[in-house]
Amino acid sequence: MSEAGALAVELSGITKRFPGVVANYNVSLRVRPGTIHAVVGENGAGKSTLMKTLYGMHQPDEGSIAVNGRGITFKSPTDAIAAGIGMVHQHFKLADNLSILENIILGNEPVGRRGRIDSEAAKTRLTELAASLGVSFDVDDLVGTLGVGERQRVEILKVLYRGAQILILDEPTAVLVPQEVEELFATLKRLVAEGRTVIFISHKLDEVLRYCDEITVMRQGTTVATTTPSQVDRRGLAELMVGSDLPDPSGRETPIGSEVVLAVSDLSVAGAAAGAKLALEDISLSVRLGEIVGVAGVEGNGQFELCEAILGLMPLESGRVEIAGRDLTGVETRERITSGLSYIPFDRHREGLLLDAPLWENTMLGREDEPTLTSGPFIGRRKAEADAREIIRRFGVRTPSEQVPAFALSGGNQQKLVVGREMATNPMILLAAHPTRGVDVGAQAAIWEELRHARDHGLGVLLISADLEELIGLSDRIVVMFDGRVTAELDPRRATPELLGTYMTGEIQDREAAR
Amino acid sequence: MKNPRLQRAMVTAASSVLAVFVALAISAIILLITGKDPVKAYSTLFGAAGESRVLQGMANRATPLMISAAAVAIGFKMNLFNIGVEGQMRVALLTTAVVGAAVDLPPVLHVAFCLVVAMTAGALWAGIAGWLKVKRNVNEVISTIMLNFIALSLVAWAFDDFFRVESPTESLLVKTKELPTSAWFPDLVDRRLNGMFIVAILLLILFWVVVWKTKFGFRLRASGGNSGAARATGVNPKKMILISMLLSGAIAGLVGMRALLGDVHAYQNNLAEQQGFNGIAVALLGRNHPLGIFFSALLFGFLGEASGKLQLEDIPKEITTIMSGIIVLAVVIINEAVKRWDNRRIQRKATAEIEAEVKS
Ligand SMILES: Nc1ncnc2c1ncn2[C@@H]1O[C@H](COP(=O)(O)OP(=O)(O)OP(=O)(O)O)[C@@H](O)[C@H]1O
Ligand SMILES: [Mg+2]
Repeated sequence: MSEAGALAVELSGITKRFPGVVANYNVSLRVRPGTIHAVVGENGAGKSTLMKTLYGMHQPDEGSIAVNGRGITFKSPTDAIAAGIGMVHQHFKLADNLSILENIILGNEPVGRRGRIDSEAAKTRLTELAASLGVSFDVDDLVGTLGVGERQRVEILKVLYRGAQILILDEPTAVLVPQEVEELFATLKRLVAEGRTVIFISHKLDEVLRYCDEITVMRQGTTVATTTPSQVDRRGLAELMVGSDLPDPSGRETPIGSEVVLAVSDLSVAGAAAGAKLALEDISLSVRLGEIVGVAGVEGNGQFELCEAILGLMPLESGRVEIAGRDLTGVETRERITSGLSYIPFDRHREGLLLDAPLWENTMLGREDEPTLTSGPFIGRRKAEADAREIIRRFGVRTPSEQVPAFALSGGNQQKLVVGREMATNPMILLAAHPTRGVDVGAQAAIWEELRHARDHGLGVLLISADLEELIGLSDRIVVMFDGRVTAELDPRRATPELLGTYMTGEIQDREAAR
Repeated sequence: MKNPRLQRAMVTAASSVLAVFVALAISAIILLITGKDPVKAYSTLFGAAGESRVLQGMANRATPLMISAAAVAIGFKMNLFNIGVEGQMRVALLTTAVVGAAVDLPPVLHVAFCLVVAMTAGALWAGIAGWLKVKRNVNEVISTIMLNFIALSLVAWAFDDFFRVESPTESLLVKTKELPTSAWFPDLVDRRLNGMFIVAILLLILFWVVVWKTKFGFRLRASGGNSGAARATGVNPKKMILISMLLSGAIAGLVGMRALLGDVHAYQNNLAEQQGFNGIAVALLGRNHPLGIFFSALLFGFLGEASGKLQLEDIPKEITTIMSGIIVLAVVIINEAVKRWDNRRIQRKATAEIEAEVKS
């Protein structure tokens, strides 16, 4: 079908505006067939917007799209899918209460005799597809029970099932640990070898340099460079993105306090299904004043349950939770929060934001009891708006004002807003789940600086992250979680990503041997 | 007009007004098909707007509609669809009629006592649905519908078997024992407009303050907007469900009070019938906003009041019922269309502004 030598995708002169923002301005993107093409750039640079344009989710104000050498306009994703384009979004769009199979065939159901859904046919095709990708799962499992890595695999399968030849992946690796990243790229390489084309967005420059064939850099809504991994190194790429050099991370100078601010002892939590094994088994750990304790682990090994249990959102089978020496077991979540607990949630859309509400309401969420934001039983709107502006300034959230709804922010900027809110309370303990997930390198450095600064002033942090560099760089101590248990405790000065990896996959489980 | 919030509000209001006009047009076609003259019908209908007694009647009819729409809207803010206002109202009506007649209190206090009894009864009945949702995860739409049926039968049975007394004068009408005059809610305009109208307006103002200005209202909207985020920041979703169901029920309890305390002064079959259901339509047209509810209730009240005039012109008054139905349908469809158009409008405006900036 495609003319020989034609580009898989060619976008020229694309301009797209939103109220008060030019998200894309005169953007050009040329993607050769059979390659993995990376698109990198700061938060709010316009990457997701550009991909949504290519996927027909909105129409560009100006510019043209050509697929396989032929000019084309997309009125909706349906048109894009028909042209062989598929997209896996930055924020997944799967229904938890449907099975993998149902999620994949949703909206595209194979119709058998008398108009009934022929799920057997779909099942056979899917199992074949999955096998060719080198993945295996039971397509009848509920999506709600899957971890992030698996969910993403489902999203990819869904796109392939619809016959996509050109795949767009918006920050697919933000949610993955290194092993999973490798698996993902093995999958992608396979797809490319079969002649498909992959467009790949990421903030992780190392993997971009390692796995991609070509790189397009975006800055402030427009494309500033196209390069290849052989022409540029990590530093050079960061400079292209941010327009300046990055500060080097500073080491720790202040001592860790002796007072224990968070103590969790013998914590057990029941599994999701009745009769299933425990989600958390006899977890004990502590965080001291001014200490950052890293939690390493493949997502789905109990980190989420640990946070929920500490917050009092999940019933305990046994064990206790203490904050600053006070036993908070059985105490309401709100009271835990007011006594100094703060939480950067795993998934900003599900647990962090009111997407339709203005930013100032979002920064007030969970803090309505703070006297600085309220007057008696009433909301202090002026005060809350001023507070929101301060958070926006301090964390460099890119937005026209504090009045815009949260959905209008780019993913990374939404993340900055949540981090800002949770640190604005001057908490004693911060449960930080992937605090820099989806955040660009510049903003990542800024968030790290904020964390270090707060730590030096006594903040205790439980840092959960899939980014092993982040874990090793920030933590004073690292514990590894596997299968609902703490299986090792490591000194970050001696830990390497490879070593952490072996613990995380459960190859070594000896707590003592690690010391 | 610079304020974007105000602009959005205007667009919202305009879309509801548009829906009303579309409904009028469609009803005109129906009139034509049935061989009636729509011009005559409408001039009769809206000509009535000049008469003060029609306006008083409109306000009087709007009173229970405002209250029941408020009951529905407070649930909506939490993503709860309380269809059980009718049943909650009915339970409150009989309870208040019986309890109110059994006690002896000074005038103002007696009325206040009756209102509290009504709110408590309504809240308790709605609380069953709230409890089922929290404890057993029963969908509130289903439970409130079932509870409506139960309330209707339960109240009819209790009334028939225990509380009815034969009226000495109108022998065909059975009622409960009449409330003493101390429990009567005074009229603003004798026999035309009852004072509960003021209560309904105060309630709408209170609704606005609580939902948009207080911490509690913020939590309510947050739970409705994203229950996951509300939960993670320490808002107990179960507690919010229960509280909003109780509140909704308490307001529902007041729906029938104009009829009970202001008009009939005793419970009888059919008292305030349908007023709980009609509130759903009013809340929908009013977009769950107090001001919108106020005007929608007046509109529905007007249609009800003025429909009598049509009969004099040999036009079936049911046309106003049909019109109300079409309004509701038109609202749903037009809201969606206008929302899309408005998004494009904002987009274009931003484009123009940016362009102007680039040129200067
Ligand atoms: N629906 C929308 N309404 C208004 N503005 C929007 C909307 N979507 C995106 N924007 C704005 O457009 C700009 C580009 O956003 P986009 O999501 O494309 O960034 P991104 O490069 O994907 O960033 P990130 O790395 O943080 O995901 C941002 O300033 C954002 O606030
Ligand atoms: Mg993005």
